[in-house]
Amino acid sequence: MGKNVDDLAQLKQFKEWFDNRHEYAKKWKKKTGGKVVGYYCTYVPEEILYAAGVLPVRILGSHEPESITRPYLHDMYCPFCHDTLAQGLEGRYDYLDGVTLAQSCLHMRQSYFSFVDRVPNIEWDYYLPFPHGVTNPYAADFAKHEFENFKAAVEDWLGVTITDRDLDRAIEVYNKNRELMTKVFEMRKADNPPITGLHAMYMVVSSQVVDKAEHNEVLEGFVEELQDVENDREIGTRLMLIGSEDYDKELFELIEYGMNYPATFVFEENCTGARYFWGLVENGDDRLMALAKRYVYRVPCPAKDWARGDFFGRRRFQFIEEVIKDYNVDAVIIAQMKFCDPHELDIPALREMLDNMGVTHLHLELDLTQPVGQFRTRVEAMIEAMGEEDLFI
Amino acid sequence: MEVKVRPFDCWDDFKNYRIEYYKNYLEAKDKGGIRWAGSAWSFDPVPAGLGEDVYPLTGEPYGATAAFFREFSVRALETIERKGAARDLCGYMRNYWGSVAMDKYLLADGTEIEPFPKPDFNFTIHICCTHAKWYHYAAELEGGVPTYAVDISVGPGYQLDDKKIEYVVRQLEDAVTWMEKVTGREYDDELLIKAVENEAKSMTLWSKICKLNQAVPAPMEEKSMFSFYVMTLLRRSDEKVVKLYEKLYDEVESRVKRGIGALTHEQFRFVTDNPPPWPFLKVYRYLEQTYGAVSVGSIYTFGLGASWIGMDEKGENWIWEPAPTPEEAGYEIHDRRSALWWTAMFNLKYRASWQHEYSHWIRKQETLQMVKDWKADAIIMHLNRGCELWNMSTLEVRDYLVKNNVPVATYEGNMADPREFDEARTFNVIDSFMQSLGIEKLA
Ligand code: SF4
Ligand code: SF4
Repeated sequence: MGKNVDDLAQLKQFKEWFDNRHEYAKKWKKKTGGKVVGYYCTYVPEEILYAAGVLPVRILGSHEPESITRPYLHDMYCPFCHDTLAQGLEGRYDYLDGVTLAQSCLHMRQSYFSFVDRVPNIEWDYYLPFPHGVTNPYAADFAKHEFENFKAAVEDWLGVTITDRDLDRAIEVYNKNRELMTKVFEMRKADNPPITGLHAMYMVVSSQVVDKAEHNEVLEGFVEELQDVENDREIGTRLMLIGSEDYDKELFELIEYGMNYPATFVFEENCTGARYFWGLVENGDDRLMALAKRYVYRVPCPAKDWARGDFFGRRRFQFIEEVIKDYNVDAVIIAQMKFCDPHELDIPALREMLDNMGVTHLHLELDLTQPVGQFRTRVEAMIEAMGEEDLFI
Repeated sequence: MEVKVRPFDCWDDFKNYRIEYYKNYLEAKDKGGIRWAGSAWSFDPVPAGLGEDVYPLTGEPYGATAAFFREFSVRALETIERKGAARDLCGYMRNYWGSVAMDKYLLADGTEIEPFPKPDFNFTIHICCTHAKWYHYAAELEGGVPTYAVDISVGPGYQLDDKKIEYVVRQLEDAVTWMEKVTGREYDDELLIKAVENEAKSMTLWSKICKLNQAVPAPMEEKSMFSFYVMTLLRRSDEKVVKLYEKLYDEVESRVKRGIGALTHEQFRFVTDNPPPWPFLKVYRYLEQTYGAVSVGSIYTFGLGASWIGMDEKGENWIWEPAPTPEEAGYEIHDRRSALWWTAMFNLKYRASWQHEYSHWIRKQETLQMVKDWKADAIIMHLNRGCELWNMSTLEVRDYLVKNNVPVATYEGNMADPREFDEARTFNVIDSFMQSLGIEKLA
């Protein structure tokens, strides 16, 4: 009899890190005496911080209703921005020494600027002008230039020199993390994937908030244990999630565990999923260029993915198309954060692409908390409709 | 005090240019010319090198025009919403997309033409989350129009360095080659050089005109400025636009000398920050007629197309002084590279509206300094749901201004969606605000 994935110690550890991320960072700080820097977007080259002995942690929200951000952020900005700022204002990030943002959407910037100004414990902040034109051939050169400035600022702040050896060590740790998570995702191609979307979310998001070396140790064991996992759940409809910061466990619990019809996420194309870790740093003599290339050529965030002369397509869509085929995806859930312009701007074209591929899709608009009942009805209706086609044929 | 008021002599010249502009774009193909479309912030001198018969259609002013004609706008918005576009996206863009999707083109006077005249290519920039994606999807709606977007998000002007400029210049160099390819035309560097010089002249002239409005009484009110500033967004590299601004400068200067104002009773001066609710410009008229309140300046109208020194080198203070033209700076433009370098540098460094995306601090300084320099009694802020970039920082700015003893009123709306505006509520906000400041209604 194979193992049950929910019983795996590693999965429990991911969940524990996810649930207690602030406690983890505080303990890490106490243990190492190091600095902790919060980062606002997955385009931050974490390796540079890590090479300097800093713990980078992704700033996340709590999905609890709040009203303290309204004086600072207009309500047309997305719930994620409000939620992250709220955490800072409520003192939940009182252990951070610094905060940084790699230039991303305007909403996130708003939250970041207010966070810098209004969270009293922030002693260092850095706005990194990461290129938006990741489809143009000069983006990597430009990103490298900005990474040089970023590195210099970190060195200046900490009074250290980040050597090539430091960077190599950091790149190695980060690449290993990426490789291992990719392996886990690869296993989800199977007819009976060993994990659900909820498990994947715990794994990926925990990697964003703990020391990657520590995460790797657990992850290695996880990859091994997963070989022996025997899933007793009914997989049902194979779903792909397309979205942004989707780390709301209620959403996964609802769709994968709370419906009358079985359904399982086999891939998450979002920045708390594959977009975060897909693609390695190909090491070369020029470390910063190697880093720049990884971040520029990774699966792009919709904020950075657009036509540019000789290239008319969207890189992200090409990736989505491949995933749908490779993972045998039956249906796509487009989980769009309310008011999120970058995603909304892609949705008409994305829907068209999915229609052309004959892939069923459903668009859900996420808020700080989700209308669970309504979502259940809609997802079930989608699955039912898919079944109807089968009946007819 | 009663002030002398005169209509602008050059009013019709500006109006006619706008009428011609939309017609020229429409009719370009009949004359064997080229049409291109893109953001009003596109580097418009660059396509100018393709010939003297090259006509642009800039999306934001087009979106504003569409919004002004409410009935057309609602049809356009509903058409594109049916295709899946979210209602909270950029209002200008939704009007534009809707217009393309309906296959109807709007002239400046509201005449509807069918079909929508497809551009030969789209050429845009990207700084907000929308710009490049606007034209990417428009190109798809148009059946695959070649599209090129230049990434300009390199950080604020006062932190500009050679590598940042170079990043943009290299993209512009590629754009020239690409334009040659998609149009089959040979590129003329002399035309480019002229266009780059014109661009700088237009933008700097408009900032000089804006500065003249510091006078009391103010020679211009914002409704007139809407008709004047837009040239910097339609085709600032056109020699005719330079001429229009030269004429306007002389006229405004003379109005200041003669004490000619915008309102007969200027009892209250305010500034604004965001694009106005285009379908409801009567807000301004209400303020003028009821309270003798004149909008003397705006971060939007002044910052969008003019060139200003902006933040000082340390990033501490905002300077509302016109930026130098190449001639004033002693910079010689002699070939393609030096022309592209200048237009990249000039826009990145001096275009006010490309600065405040990078921190709340910049927007706060920019706004407070405007209140001071234009001798405003208050600011009236439009919490504009139609543009996420212009609405950036607004609440933090409000807080900052209040702390600096500037009276602030805010009203909610949408620059380009007539369905998102509560007229009665806005007038109530204005009345309460004026009452709280002790400003009496005009007799
Ligand atoms: S959900 Fe969208 S708008 Fe919000 S931070 Fe993410 S990309 Fe930006
Ligand atoms: S969102 Fe604002 S800045 Fe962006 S294209 Fe629309 S009007 Fe322009």
